[in-house]
Amino acid sequence: MPVITVLEAIRDAMREEMRKDERVFVMGEDIGARGGVFLATDGFLSEFGEERVIDTPLAESSIAGIALGSAMSGLRPIAEIEFADFIWPTINQIVGEASKVRYGTEGKLQAPMVLRAPQGGGVRGALYHSQSVEALFAHTPGLKVVTPSTPYDAKGLLKASIRDDDPVIFLEHKRTYRLVKGEVPEEEYTIPIGKADIKKSGDDLSIITYGLMVHHCLEAAQLAASKNISVEVLDLRTVRPLDVESIIGTVEKTGKVLIVYEDNQALGIGSEVSALISEHAFEYLDAPVVRLGGPEVPAMPFSPPLENMFMIDTEKISTAINKLAEY
Amino acid sequence: MKIELPQVGESVTEGVIGRWLKNVGDKVEKYDPLVEVITDKVNMELPSPVEGVLREIIANEGDTVPMGGLIADIETKESENSPINSDTHSNLQEENIGTTGVLIKDAAPVGPTGSGGPISQDKPQPDPSIKDRPKSRYSPAVLRLAEENNIDLEQVVGTGINGRITRKDVTAFIESKPNTLESQTIVKETAASTPRQDQEKITLSPIRRMIAANMVKSATLIPQAWSEVAVDVTGMVLRRESIKESFMAKEGINITYLPFVVKAVAESLKKNPLLNSSWSEEGIILKKNINIGIAVAAPDGLVVPVIHNADLFSIAGLAGVMENLITKAKNGKLDLSEVQSGTFTLNNTGALGSVSSRPLVNHPQSAIMTTEAIVKRPIIAADAIAIRSMMNICLSFDHRVMDGAEASAFSMSVKNLLENINSETQIY
Amino acid sequence: MANSTKAQSNREIQNDQLLDMYKEMVLCRTLDERIWMLNRQGKAAIVASSQGHEAGQIGSVAALRKGYDQCYIYYRDLAVLLTLGLTPAEIIKGFVAKEGEPLSGARQFPTHGAHPEYGVINLSNVIATHIPQAVGAALTAKMKKEDRVIVAYFGDGASSAGDCHEAMNFAAIHKLPIIFFCENNGYAISVPLSKQMAVDSVASRAEGYGMPGIEIDGCDIVTVYETTVEAVSRARAGLGPTLIEANVERYLPHTSDDDDSIYRPAEEIEEAKKRDPLQLLSKQLFELNILDEKEDQAIRENAKTIVNMATEEAENAPYPETTDFHKHVYSE
Repeated sequence: MPVITVLEAIRDAMREEMRKDERVFVMGEDIGARGGVFLATDGFLSEFGEERVIDTPLAESSIAGIALGSAMSGLRPIAEIEFADFIWPTINQIVGEASKVRYGTEGKLQAPMVLRAPQGGGVRGALYHSQSVEALFAHTPGLKVVTPSTPYDAKGLLKASIRDDDPVIFLEHKRTYRLVKGEVPEEEYTIPIGKADIKKSGDDLSIITYGLMVHHCLEAAQLAASKNISVEVLDLRTVRPLDVESIIGTVEKTGKVLIVYEDNQALGIGSEVSALISEHAFEYLDAPVVRLGGPEVPAMPFSPPLENMFMIDTEKISTAINKLAEY
Repeated sequence: MKIELPQVGESVTEGVIGRWLKNVGDKVEKYDPLVEVITDKVNMELPSPVEGVLREIIANEGDTVPMGGLIADIETKESENSPINSDTHSNLQEENIGTTGVLIKDAAPVGPTGSGGPISQDKPQPDPSIKDRPKSRYSPAVLRLAEENNIDLEQVVGTGINGRITRKDVTAFIESKPNTLESQTIVKETAASTPRQDQEKITLSPIRRMIAANMVKSATLIPQAWSEVAVDVTGMVLRRESIKESFMAKEGINITYLPFVVKAVAESLKKNPLLNSSWSEEGIILKKNINIGIAVAAPDGLVVPVIHNADLFSIAGLAGVMENLITKAKNGKLDLSEVQSGTFTLNNTGALGSVSSRPLVNHPQSAIMTTEAIVKRPIIAADAIAIRSMMNICLSFDHRVMDGAEASAFSMSVKNLLENINSETQIY
Repeated sequence: MANSTKAQSNREIQNDQLLDMYKEMVLCRTLDERIWMLNRQGKAAIVASSQGHEAGQIGSVAALRKGYDQCYIYYRDLAVLLTLGLTPAEIIKGFVAKEGEPLSGARQFPTHGAHPEYGVINLSNVIATHIPQAVGAALTAKMKKEDRVIVAYFGDGASSAGDCHEAMNFAAIHKLPIIFFCENNGYAISVPLSKQMAVDSVASRAEGYGMPGIEIDGCDIVTVYETTVEAVSRARAGLGPTLIEANVERYLPHTSDDDDSIYRPAEEIEEAKKRDPLQLLSKQLFELNILDEKEDQAIRENAKTIVNMATEEAENAPYPETTDFHKHVYSE
């Protein structure tokens, strides 16, 4: 089976869907002639032409708004926000409007659009090229928010997102773009949105996580195995809707759960996961539910030691695993 | 029809009546302006909701009226009842409001796009107190597992922080204990010593461990006493002889003495319920069902399959049930339900040649009985010497639950039942 | 104003068309007055009136292919809804939040939701967010190679929003088939034009985006109609967008929650009423001998009857069932 990077998987997914369905088109800054600043749409302009590969002005709010209008009119836009740090102007069109299209028209209109953006840190991106943005979108019913961690998942989920009839926010961790490689079958496949995946099975302790953190958790799990701590790693893959069944399942299995996420800890995805666990799996808990999330600073600083303080790494996860296993 | 001041989408709770635009006795069309109303947000003319004649002005110019309050009465063609609740005017009694306040029922909330209205003060949130978690508290998982598996957590050793009993400790405890016998596993691994030339070590199988634990528990927890009676089983032997072959031909199985004994034991337990019980600090628990476990030597060690509701079977029935259980036991094919819920145990030590035993009570039962070997002996019967088949039955019992008297009563009951077996004794 | 063009009215419109438009305006005005009443009776929670805007709305829609072209409207476009095909009863049901409200099932503020069959979309009452959405619809029309025209209606306040600028910019770059129709009534709630923009007219901005802009008298229905016809034909021909600024009047406060006596002199409103689009048209019709007093009276009476029946129907309708409360969050 071919081994490709996350970025290549994303590119393949979009290309395949654009070939399959002429309603699909891409729009965003620099996605045409340049092929995207991360080359996510490399080659698209020459293959699909200017009409379906639109270089937009520097105007994020209208990138989302125009995509929304075209989605409501029957096309399937994939709008790119160059960096998730610039996604905030789209909150009005996405959280304010797109999420409510179906509900506010009693189902007469729908908004089958994808808004994708590279997010996350560990790339010396500082305050404005490192942010995680999933929490604000995930809070909104009517939206779907996807956060893949592997090439296999990224491709399958992006295809599913493009085919989905609801607005999907597709957040790709930029550090995984070239640093995470994996097997991806050449045959056609999709992965259902809203289903988590056990990346590693274990008995003593569960880690629930998503995005880049999945890989650090797997590393930490390996270290734990040498200490005879058997760690299960559940990759959420989608943060809205959450796969409640899988979350409860892993807690019922091990009784101890650590939720790891790069985004600021307070009021992030882990907070909701923790609440669900205490509501639905209370009698299976053998320890308090622990979150390991980003610190209480607004965003990730630039200088390496400062960035490292913000980022969660394998060592920090290992420490948390050991503490929880001991309890 | 009574006209009330309507709720016009504002945060206001009341309005001031201005100039009346119609007089008493005037004809009023639907939507005709009736009266001017002045509020914080808008000054408006109130349109009439109905067609009719203005019969009465209730609120006069200059009056302050709360939203929902009555202002006029219009006589309409139909004398329909107007759907006004006259008690919509809420009297806010100052002394009852308190810091929580009251919800004003007859006023509108803020209008959809209108601003205004009092800004509510947020009550300061109390600091969540972070209490020290006492490590002796059991976690939800531990409690659940203990309850589901009938485990006394006092018996479990904790390996968590500060000796906390963890879920894993409980599951390990469950896995090591046998099916019906609740026992304690304190598995302390002794330091592996260097192997000596003059001795050999047999590693402990899980079953061996389990049996050992059960025995320790029985020996340490139950103060046991013992008694033995001799039973003349000549009648039983003859009866069995007479039906042995026809039974085999008919049922395909061998009928042994055990079904006869089990029947006698079951009957005797019914009459002596203390022997079918379990000790607890809260009281002696008398078991309603008579579930007799039969000790069987299985390849890995002793197992005790259980005949549930043994009292409901005939001797032939017991033979069938026991044949099934014992075969399964010997082949290691018993399932969990077949070894659970025993209330009394019977051990045929006689099969091994023993004529007297002191069995250990099967915790948490209260008694155990053995049937010893049947031996032909000379006894005195009616002042003459007779050769009779004699079988000792040995009873060990929990002396907390019963005294010698009850135990003996049981033994004598069994003895009597067995000695009265004759050619008429029903098999089916 | 030097760079924008003021239209000269031609008499291209047919007389019977004019009379129909008049009847439509009268019906709309009657309906509008009734809804305001319903609010004052406590039956309609929130009302934004279109009184003074009727010619701008009805005149422009008349130039469209109804049901094919699409209108992205805003909260004051009552006449657009009526002339596109919603019945008075359906409209009133929206205001009293009853079942049978076709745009959103009474989930939204009145006039909000969508009626794809009539080509009208009014997704939210956040100002100006619909303008880029309209551009998206125009982009779709171009990509699908349809000759569909999209109209984005908005007020003078919306023209200040970032979304409006971004949308116009994009539409002009790609020569999209869209008409930006600004109903300028001089006020954004209480903020007057002088505080809303430094230029004299919204239309003057069009040049900055690279598209034609034209400022017209929005109370003269004939001018409105003919200007829109021209913009529509440009769009259908692939010549790109047009910005039309129609100067209209607002006779009532911003909404039923507003008290404009605080910020607007009463004389100003009196003056504005002299340009009442209904009176302007009826005068024209009288002069053309298409209408006389008796017929005018009949038209008004008829409108009243229709509105009375519609009110009764709406008031007697039940509230929506709550069983569907959770439906239509995601596709099923």
